[in-house]
Amino acid sequence: MNEKETYRVIGTRPLRPDGADKVTGRALYGADLRLPGMLYGAVLRSPHAHARILSIDTSAAEALPGVKAVVTAADLPDVEAKVASLGEGSVNTRYQSWNILAREKALYYGHAVAVVAAASVHIAQEAVKLIRVNYEVLPPVLDVLQAMQADAPILLRDLRTDELGEKGSALTNVAAHHQTKKGDVERGFQEAAVTVEREFHTATVHQGYIEPQNATALYNQDGRITIWCSTQGSFGVRDQLKDILDVPVAQIKVVPMEIGGGFGGKNNVYLEPLAALLSKKSGHKPVRLTMNHADVLSATGPTSGSVIRVKMGARKDGRITAAQAWLAYEAGAFPGSPVTSGMGVIFGPYAIENVLLDGYDVVVNKPPAAAYRAPGGTNAAFAAEVVIDELAEKLGMDPLDLRLLNAAKEGDRKADGVAYGRIGCVEVLEAARNHPHYRAPLPGKFRGRGVAAGSWGNYGGKSSASASVNSDGSVNLVEGSVDIGGSRASISMQLAETLQIPVESIRPQVADTDTVGYTEGTYGSRTTFATGWAVYELGRRLIGLLCERAAQLWDVEPGQVTYEGGVFSCGGQRLSFAELAGKMDETGGAVVASVSVQPETWGPAFAAHIVDVEVDPETGKVDILRYTAVQDVGKAVHPAYVEGQIQGGVAQGVGWGLSEGYYYDAQGRLANASLLDYRMPTSLDLPAIETVIVEVPNPGHPYGVRGVGEVPIVPPPAAIANAIYRAVGVRLTTLPMSPARVLEALGKA
Amino acid sequence: MRAFEYLSASSVREAVEALAARNGRARVLAGGTDLIVQLREGRREVDLVVDIKAIPEANRLEFDLQTGLLVGAAVPCYRMVGFLNAAGIYPGLAAAAGLVGGTQIQGRATLGGNLCNASPAADTIPALIVHRAACLITGPQGERELPAEDFCTGPGQTALQPGEFLLALRLPPEPEGFGAHYVRFTPRNEMDIAVAGAGASLRLAGSPARIIEARVALGAVAPTPLLVREAGASLVGKAPTLEAFEEAGRLAREAARPIDDMRGTAAQRRHLSGVLVRRALETAYQRASRGGDA
Repeated sequence: MNEKETYRVIGTRPLRPDGADKVTGRALYGADLRLPGMLYGAVLRSPHAHARILSIDTSAAEALPGVKAVVTAADLPDVEAKVASLGEGSVNTRYQSWNILAREKALYYGHAVAVVAAASVHIAQEAVKLIRVNYEVLPPVLDVLQAMQADAPILLRDLRTDELGEKGSALTNVAAHHQTKKGDVERGFQEAAVTVEREFHTATVHQGYIEPQNATALYNQDGRITIWCSTQGSFGVRDQLKDILDVPVAQIKVVPMEIGGGFGGKNNVYLEPLAALLSKKSGHKPVRLTMNHADVLSATGPTSGSVIRVKMGARKDGRITAAQAWLAYEAGAFPGSPVTSGMGVIFGPYAIENVLLDGYDVVVNKPPAAAYRAPGGTNAAFAAEVVIDELAEKLGMDPLDLRLLNAAKEGDRKADGVAYGRIGCVEVLEAARNHPHYRAPLPGKFRGRGVAAGSWGNYGGKSSASASVNSDGSVNLVEGSVDIGGSRASISMQLAETLQIPVESIRPQVADTDTVGYTEGTYGSRTTFATGWAVYELGRRLIGLLCERAAQLWDVEPGQVTYEGGVFSCGGQRLSFAELAGKMDETGGAVVASVSVQPETWGPAFAAHIVDVEVDPETGKVDILRYTAVQDVGKAVHPAYVEGQIQGGVAQGVGWGLSEGYYYDAQGRLANASLLDYRMPTSLDLPAIETVIVEVPNPGHPYGVRGVGEVPIVPPPAAIANAIYRAVGVRLTTLPMSPARVLEALGKA
Repeated sequence: MRAFEYLSASSVREAVEALAARNGRARVLAGGTDLIVQLREGRREVDLVVDIKAIPEANRLEFDLQTGLLVGAAVPCYRMVGFLNAAGIYPGLAAAAGLVGGTQIQGRATLGGNLCNASPAADTIPALIVHRAACLITGPQGERELPAEDFCTGPGQTALQPGEFLLALRLPPEPEGFGAHYVRFTPRNEMDIAVAGAGASLRLAGSPARIIEARVALGAVAPTPLLVREAGASLVGKAPTLEAFEEAGRLAREAARPIDDMRGTAAQRRHLSGVLVRRALETAYQRASRGGDA
């Protein structure tokens, strides 16, 4: 069956339901919220990267007229260490509490130390300056290799290495050593005709969402807490607050406001517990806290800088015989880097007999790492895909041919033992090889073309949705998935497809935690897959209920009623969806349904990118001339938003590759905590990004959906590095590949 | 942000008196594109802000073939750049001033403000220097003039004394055979600060053409924008060749005193100084040989 032809809604490009509000500025973001009697907060942040807090004197701040409350770590419950799942990663509640407000030590520049609520934000900012903190400044550790040294300054007083499951005895900055093994790499390297081994360094980078974190809290006199915030997952905020504040979950309601970007960085809470404590302490007034971009960059989740060593060997015919990688990822101040997910990505597109992966999670004096779009994957793919490019060069093979020869297929096992289901890796690589871009001539000096592949596992998770049918045949949809990338549209479309009605008949609403069933956050490329599955089930349930209503009208058994093409029928009787909806009153009232799902059959995503660059050998500047991103998306529900996700991932990957990176001074102060000096690419730095949608349907989803949002950020730095090599003959192994680094590699500076 | 007083001065005298009375705790507001951000971010604290946009002399924008160009300190870039482009004059200055921010910023930012903010990386200052601009300063002791290259004394520091402010900039007329240009290097194509910048001007005469005057200035490679006299002097008397421009670039590279920071490395800046001086000279030369209308 050619499914493409049977879909009526899926695969079309309708206007997004939230479009009018967003383009007119009417959509409500956290900073738009105004509540009667609202107070405004300001946070005191550590000017030191590593310091013991000897004392905090808040008396002068409290005495300033207009100040209503001051909160320090002493106001937070001293919670037990326990590990809670947070979608793509996990968090230790105790460390999270220590991150919310520095307790014994400030562990990074920008670490929150105290927070003030006042009648105006200006008073709050003045009050913050009056707080006296007595610090014992300690030497900072900013480099992952330095942090792993036995004599490195120690950040945490309770951290011992988890060495392949065994706890070490000595205090250390190495939180964990993970290992994945398949076959025998030594034997594999002996079989190799060529081997390539290189070490790579990647900078700490930020998600770069444009809307800063914000949170408003009302801690009511009866103990109920309401939080309005910008988050990827309202239930995740509720779970974290319950643990950090040590209050029952039933007391917390989280209202997700519109979100101006997250990319993984808005799963963790930062301001929410502070706003709640300030509200309680200020006499149950609503309190709003808002970050600026300097706060966002210096104190919210970047993703890990890393050092990665990769060795790969191949036979003369191009078959890769062994692959080994050593990965050390910065976790920031507390354990939890995405090193294991980097280990999952690093050789993901390939079927390799012998693999050995060692990964280290290392604390350093930087903000704790948060998820960022395919967490850990871009660093890993940068290393592996540059080495593969070099293997192809040594073997005299086309780099895409080499990748195709080794491409993973259904049934191939990854190093972690998990076998792939139906995947589109080969189809993606073939589509790239056959694309006109790959075959187009590239004349001109200092120009080069590079390719790289990438993989991402994707995720499923828990999603809930409910719906009620209106008498005009429209359907109100209530979902728990925050809409970051157009998911109101992609979810409504799947419900409309199931109900066989126009998508314009669906009225979607993202609800708070009191209104809809438990739903995990919008992360892990899971929402269109899992929440889409929930509304598929929801649609089927509504059809079943409506069949019962039709049966009642026609005095037949519900099983005799069929629904096809938007029409209920039995014998000669026919009613359209809207007509039957109009008869709800006479058949028992409202038709409503709720569904919760937890699908496990998500399908991994693969991508292959082609990029042309031009290097100015006098300045080291790399200009991107042309970019093509090929990706297996399973089934593109809304192709325009799929293309947007791919383009967005490429744009961020280009920034990671060429210009972004945290710049700390010797004392560990972040010197480029602004959008001026933290250089994300602007529209003028990017070409039109061409996308090629490959559809290998995921058999584990009713509509074949695979997650699409994360994998497009995986290949760009590697593809660009490979293009630079072909343009000017130097291999860049450090990110970002800034003009200064390119000049240095060319021996000019 | 702390509360401050605001005064919209309507005369030079009113502004001078207000500034002098606050003894360094007052600051002049023209476009405000630097000052307001600094106040908001707590990087600068003042008691009084004196807005000079209502002072007639600060809004003058005049050109005369004998006396040259006069740009009041409150004239926004969009107005000045439009004026220069329409008249086909001072293309090198227009190139530099056009780099100050995007369209919205151009509507507010001023040449005078860019100078008084005294950023080592300011785009317009090397251009002012190679045009031999004079700063017209007014204060309690009356008016005085200072060459643009002597105005900045350190990062954010200027030669202005308490009570003084910059009223206008005067550029001499572009003589026959004159051309100037400013180029900068930024990793991003917009929304970025110069990692290094170079201004250059030269004047050609005779046939075959010889360089009879030249100036070279650098930005972002020292605590202040730098007039590299030896680079300019090296060009005088020579034919306008690539070799001559590269030699000027080499001298500029030697004069640079750059640092490593979040925007670039010292080695990169030193290298760029030479490249950018040569590139600025190439465009200045094209303008000079085409009669300044390029």
